[in-house]
Amino acid sequence: MAIESEVLVIGGGLGGLTSALAAAREGADVRLVSYKQSTLRQASGLVDVLGYTPDGDGPLTDPYEAIPSLPETHPYRKVGVQTVRDALSLFDDAVPTYEGEHTDTNALLPTHGGSIKPTARYPAGASAGLASDTRDTLLVGIEEMVDFDAPHVAAHLDATGVPFDVRGETIRFPGDLRADAKVTRYAKLLDTNSEVAVRGRMVPAREALAQRVNPLLEDEERVGFPAVLGDDNPGAIRDTLSDHLGVDVFEVPMGPPSLPGLRLEDALFSALDEAGASIETGNPVVDFDGEDRIEKVFIEKNGAKIPNSADQYVLATGGFVGKGVESDRDGVYEPVFDCHVPHAADRYDWFEGELFGDHEFARYGVATDGDLRPLDASEHNEFENLRAAGSVLGGYDFAAEKSGSGVSIATGYAAGQRAAQEAR
Amino acid sequence: MGPTPHIAVIGGGSTGAGIARDLAMRGLDVTLVEQGNLTHGTTGRMHGLLHSGGRYAVSDQASATECIEENRVLRDIASHCVEMTGGLFVKRPEDSEEYFQKKLNGCEECGIPAEVVSGEEARAMEPHLAKDIDKAISVPDGAIDPFRLVVANAASAQEHGARIETHSKVTDLIVESGEVVGIEVEHDSGPGKRVHGTEGGTEEIRADYVVNATGAWAGRIGDMAGLDIEVRPSKGVMTIMNIRQVDTVINRCRPKGDADIVVPHETTAILGTTDEEVEDPEDYPEEQWEVDMMIDTLSELIPMLDEARTIRSFWGVRPLYEPPDVGSDDPTDITRDFFLLDHDERDDLPGMTSIVGGKFTTYRMMGEQIADHVCGKFGIDADCRTADEPLPGSEDFSVLRDYMDEFGLRSPIGRRSVERLGSRADDVLKTDGPNPTVCECEGVTRAEIQDAIEGSGSDLNAVRIRTRASMGNCQGGFCSHRMASELHSEYDEPVVREAWDELLQERWKGQRHALWGEQLSQAALNYALHATTQNRDQDPADGKPVDFSAFDSGRGQTGGSVDSADVAADGGTDGY
Repeated sequence: MAIESEVLVIGGGLGGLTSALAAAREGADVRLVSYKQSTLRQASGLVDVLGYTPDGDGPLTDPYEAIPSLPETHPYRKVGVQTVRDALSLFDDAVPTYEGEHTDTNALLPTHGGSIKPTARYPAGASAGLASDTRDTLLVGIEEMVDFDAPHVAAHLDATGVPFDVRGETIRFPGDLRADAKVTRYAKLLDTNSEVAVRGRMVPAREALAQRVNPLLEDEERVGFPAVLGDDNPGAIRDTLSDHLGVDVFEVPMGPPSLPGLRLEDALFSALDEAGASIETGNPVVDFDGEDRIEKVFIEKNGAKIPNSADQYVLATGGFVGKGVESDRDGVYEPVFDCHVPHAADRYDWFEGELFGDHEFARYGVATDGDLRPLDASEHNEFENLRAAGSVLGGYDFAAEKSGSGVSIATGYAAGQRAAQEAR
Repeated sequence: MGPTPHIAVIGGGSTGAGIARDLAMRGLDVTLVEQGNLTHGTTGRMHGLLHSGGRYAVSDQASATECIEENRVLRDIASHCVEMTGGLFVKRPEDSEEYFQKKLNGCEECGIPAEVVSGEEARAMEPHLAKDIDKAISVPDGAIDPFRLVVANAASAQEHGARIETHSKVTDLIVESGEVVGIEVEHDSGPGKRVHGTEGGTEEIRADYVVNATGAWAGRIGDMAGLDIEVRPSKGVMTIMNIRQVDTVINRCRPKGDADIVVPHETTAILGTTDEEVEDPEDYPEEQWEVDMMIDTLSELIPMLDEARTIRSFWGVRPLYEPPDVGSDDPTDITRDFFLLDHDERDDLPGMTSIVGGKFTTYRMMGEQIADHVCGKFGIDADCRTADEPLPGSEDFSVLRDYMDEFGLRSPIGRRSVERLGSRADDVLKTDGPNPTVCECEGVTRAEIQDAIEGSGSDLNAVRIRTRASMGNCQGGFCSHRMASELHSEYDEPVVREAWDELLQERWKGQRHALWGEQLSQAALNYALHATTQNRDQDPADGKPVDFSAFDSGRGQTGGSVDSADVAADGGTDGY
């Protein structure tokens, strides 16, 4: 007999988690299955809604205002502005450690490469680093950490025209971590606040770190570190550092593996768990039964194919990065249900000659109707009880628009909520 | 002997660098100019095969004999650039037995050690060979790093007093009283490029003799003095796999044809190639079918290539030349031999010789002959020493020491760094500060990057060819900003940003030809990391100023705490 639920969500990234959460809060019996680690560990942890229009206008101050003018194929147009707002409310409620809900206006955050980017929600740990805040800033890099060169980041930030003075200093991190230690090692040391040797004396790691930074601080009113300040206790670590330094402390989001991304993932999984959904991670969906309706899917576990059946399904397996959309020399496809992915026949039309050109591949994904149900080549629903959410959707270039998290949350919310309503 | 003659060498590929080294070692004053980076032209766009000569053993025995001779020399003087992989000429059932025998006999006639192995033995050596391969001939083919080799030649030339100018394009030949007396070059104005002359200006370099070693570009140089040098550029595609499907060079044993070789190279395998005449060595089509043909045809030898991940493709142009009276229609018929065109004898224009044709494997021999020729002009009697003196990095060196402990590096990274650096490992890897890994794919540490910056300035593509950083699976997605940061202590931020962009664009160019499957996922990730996470596609530092006061400045501070006048006064430093 199959494992049964009302709503089965496939995918454990931002789209899948939001979808499952929305469905569970709607009262449905929800099951979420995900295979690999989600792409959240590769994301900065910032929640962008819309930073630029598809024409490249921006940075936009009000993302909601621009949504009605997006192309009709855009996922935001399928769900509408109000749904985007409602979805973000759900997010704000589920992840209270994030800020930005006090305004519709985008924030500008410094990036680890030294640019700034528009975003709608940011972790509390990043909030003292906002680029519109005029307080002078010291950035602190760690000698061994090649992803964040503080003097370089500071010089680049200055070139963006930020309204404050910014300086970078590099320190040796206390505790003798090896030159190529993973960011999680730094986080762990600060989480546990283990004692480290400083000039022959044992000092707790947080204090030791503050001691290294203190003499470098001039008249700056805030200090930014790369995002390594703890995995389990980031707030407490920041507080300790702030107390010792006498200024606000913030983190600059980083590339993979991203602690803010992992913290966000943890927060959403907890919220989902609290909402009563059942969760299974680590096993792929490899097959399904059904023609017009999906009857059941099969999850491969230790070589066995375990049937899971539900009334409604949500496909939230990601885009090219998450492998929810795949390709070979002959074409582009969606590997779980083989939903149609519109794409150019000639592979050389998928991309442009410039790195940041208007790449078609960046918009590849399944096309849907207004109810987020995938469409086949002749614009009929692939399955009557399947909806799609997040990066598996086509029709938008999240990288260029800075809309990835927003689309995942908004379409996840819409798909999850509608699936739950239909299943009842 | 009078004053030391000054020789200007045009072209910073293997031939030019080899000539410069040879002449400098014989005590002549040498200036080498190259329009781009070292290896910018054909040399940087080859498959890295160190020929045993087996490839030419039937069609061109003179070339084959030269190849095996130079193969032995390079193993000796350039050991840190060479990996003796061995090679196999494999025969499929449909390939001719007669040709197989000819190849075997040809190898013997040319002094190339060759041995027949059965299909089973070949598969024991290379398990991914097709099940139906009949048999093979094993030969001493190898892999060679053209970048490392040319850089080492240039470094050696410098040690012997030569001046090496990259990013310096020849804009004219100076002809006075019917004689070539120098060159006019334009130095690229980019800050940090290696400029000894006037930064960003033109320079007249007077020389007693000029050597045109520009390969496929030789005709362009000739045009400047009204000379007709009929180089026939022929393009070939190479496709790079993300892993080594084979550890031996695999050649197809048949007369000639496209897509018949796989060369294991560092962490990758390189599939080659085609041979198609083009008009312009810098502007020719790079097409999908060429890449597809590499994969489809070579899958007949190594079936797993069909499903394997490619990381990029690139095209190179051979500087083929044949004397005017031959007139081959098919570029594959044109000899791989090289020709020394003394323009005094040939065109009544003294002061310059061009060298055309030839092969990478015999670059040193070509250098020797040109140097002999030039020395002859000046009555200089100096022996060639390039076959005996090891290149910098390949001096007496033991790879058996425990570098991992000594340099505090994890084992695969330590081993690879030391292999790349050869005898320079001590100098480069012993640093005071921590030495983290900057490029994970290729295991390149900060110390190596810093060493390359010292040698090549702010040009990150020059750093790349010296270290291999950004040449692995991720194609710079994870390391390009780290490499840029390594420049920052020495160079201003706008210079760093430009170098970073240049590197990323260069990496993208080749990757475009591999955009399906895993590499398309990788490209999508790289695009997301740079555009989404870093906003590098809309970087305000490169674009228009931002009104910061219009954006969220934090809870309780909505409406902005900056007034616009401040923003304007403190506006960006560049881009508008």
